[in-house]
Amino acid sequence: MKKLINAPDNLVADALLGLAEATTELQIDHKNRIIYRAEPKQKGKVALISGGGSGHEPLHGGYVGLGMLDAACAGEVFTSPTPDQMLAATKQVDTAAGVLYIVKNYTGDIMNFEMAAELATSETGINVLSVVTNDDVAVQDSLYTAGRRGVGVTVLLEKIVGAAAEEGQDLSTLSTLARDINNNGRSMGIALTSCTVPAVGKPTFDLPDNEMEIGIGIHGEPGRHRLPLGTAREIAEQLVEPILADFNFTSRPVIVMLNGMGASPLIELYLMYGEVAKILKRSGINVARNLIGNYITALDMAGCSVTLLSVDDQMIKLWDAPVKTLGLRWGI
Amino acid sequence: MTSKTISLNQLVAWLNKFSELVSAQCNYLTDLDAAIGDADHGTNMVRGMTAVMNAITAAPPSTIGDLFKVVGMTLVSTVGGASGPLYGTFFLRMGVTSGAVSELNGAQLLMALNAGMEGVVARGKPLANDKTLFDALAPALHAFAISLNSCHSLSDAALAAQTAAAVGRDATASLIARKGRASYLGERSIGHIDPGSASTALLFEAFAEVFSGE
Repeated sequence: MKKLINAPDNLVADALLGLAEATTELQIDHKNRIIYRAEPKQKGKVALISGGGSGHEPLHGGYVGLGMLDAACAGEVFTSPTPDQMLAATKQVDTAAGVLYIVKNYTGDIMNFEMAAELATSETGINVLSVVTNDDVAVQDSLYTAGRRGVGVTVLLEKIVGAAAEEGQDLSTLSTLARDINNNGRSMGIALTSCTVPAVGKPTFDLPDNEMEIGIGIHGEPGRHRLPLGTAREIAEQLVEPILADFNFTSRPVIVMLNGMGASPLIELYLMYGEVAKILKRSGINVARNLIGNYITALDMAGCSVTLLSVDDQMIKLWDAPVKTLGLRWGI
Repeated sequence: MTSKTISLNQLVAWLNKFSELVSAQCNYLTDLDAAIGDADHGTNMVRGMTAVMNAITAAPPSTIGDLFKVVGMTLVSTVGGASGPLYGTFFLRMGVTSGAVSELNGAQLLMALNAGMEGVVARGKPLANDKTLFDALAPALHAFAISLNSCHSLSDAALAAQTAAAVGRDATASLIARKGRASYLGERSIGHIDPGSASTALLFEAFAEVFSGE
């Protein structure tokens, strides 16, 4: 294992120290591992909290700031944060308008956020609602598994709902919007290599040089199948086809995210976007906006994911609204 | 049913033994998790139980209710993942049911353990054979109850619980995971022991070590 770390156990804490040095726009609670906006949101506006295991950066800490999240709770690498972190964040960011938790669908995240919401309600009376993202079409037997995983749509949701919260929309409206976004988005990923969790020190799975894993999750969970390594054009088909088979994206414009898993260079991501865009055009899908880069990663995994979100005019307007975070920044 | 009582110190000894066992078996638990999960169950449980023993040592609880409450809260706040809320809820519910007492009899301990299991069910909604820690926990408590109710000694009941937990753990190998990260593997999860059931088996191994001979 070759990594830019001091010690595996200190990775998350040391990264938060670096983040604190890097910007004055964030305020870090190192003890509770919470990333806040340095300049809190105005009173009376709903606050957004997300969080999850570390290793997906810029998700979620990189999305704290004007127009997106109010706080992000960082867990250990690939391990959900704990309810006391979410509770502390909830108390800190609530402006008396309530708090929306954005939770990716993983067993641990669900349980920890659920406990946090129970504690927040019983201890503080703060009005908390949760929305769960589960957009990964790679998971087929949802009935017999923990269900579809929350992946790429989480990024788009945090942006759009964050902008709506900034406008002053109330908690139940935001919760409905968030559910609507999740229901209208689908993702699919592919891995060229495994990631290596620092505390483990060796690759999570073994993937030979001439093979790829189609339908990979953002923690190295196995995908639908393993195939001989294909060309970018073939891989684009493998990613887009199951998404289009799962949801009709021809009726409204879409936002497309071509996301890198962490170790694939941008030049490959641009190339992949071109292949994906070709398929979408051929399929009669109207791309309203796109996002290309590393937005929800899996440590040092090579590969990418495609996310499509079917949007209305209101969502596009919220997408275009100003955002000022480390990960997304425009209109300011 | 046995009239033997269990002291707060014995319960601390149980937790201490559990902490020792997860530390000793850290790599084993992590390897099980690497096969069908995310390779952190050992390190997460060691972190949690080390924090538990530190908390108990720093401020020794005066009642059994307080003891289990501290254990539960510490696990919830240090373990993370799914194991934190599951083990945490287990001990929190045990604490509520035990109450502000300094000793429990066998029946009261069984009641507390059952309340803990109900907490696990409420939190994770496991069914039997979902390939989770519930598949070691439920048989262990069932065996413990049957043994106690047949007027066996606490020692015999604890050994019965240990055996049942181990059998339950081993039986998870042939199951398809239906909960947690392992469920994404589908049939590929067959042939591997569930790491949560393995740590729960350690909990009852510690239980038997402390209470056998009682």
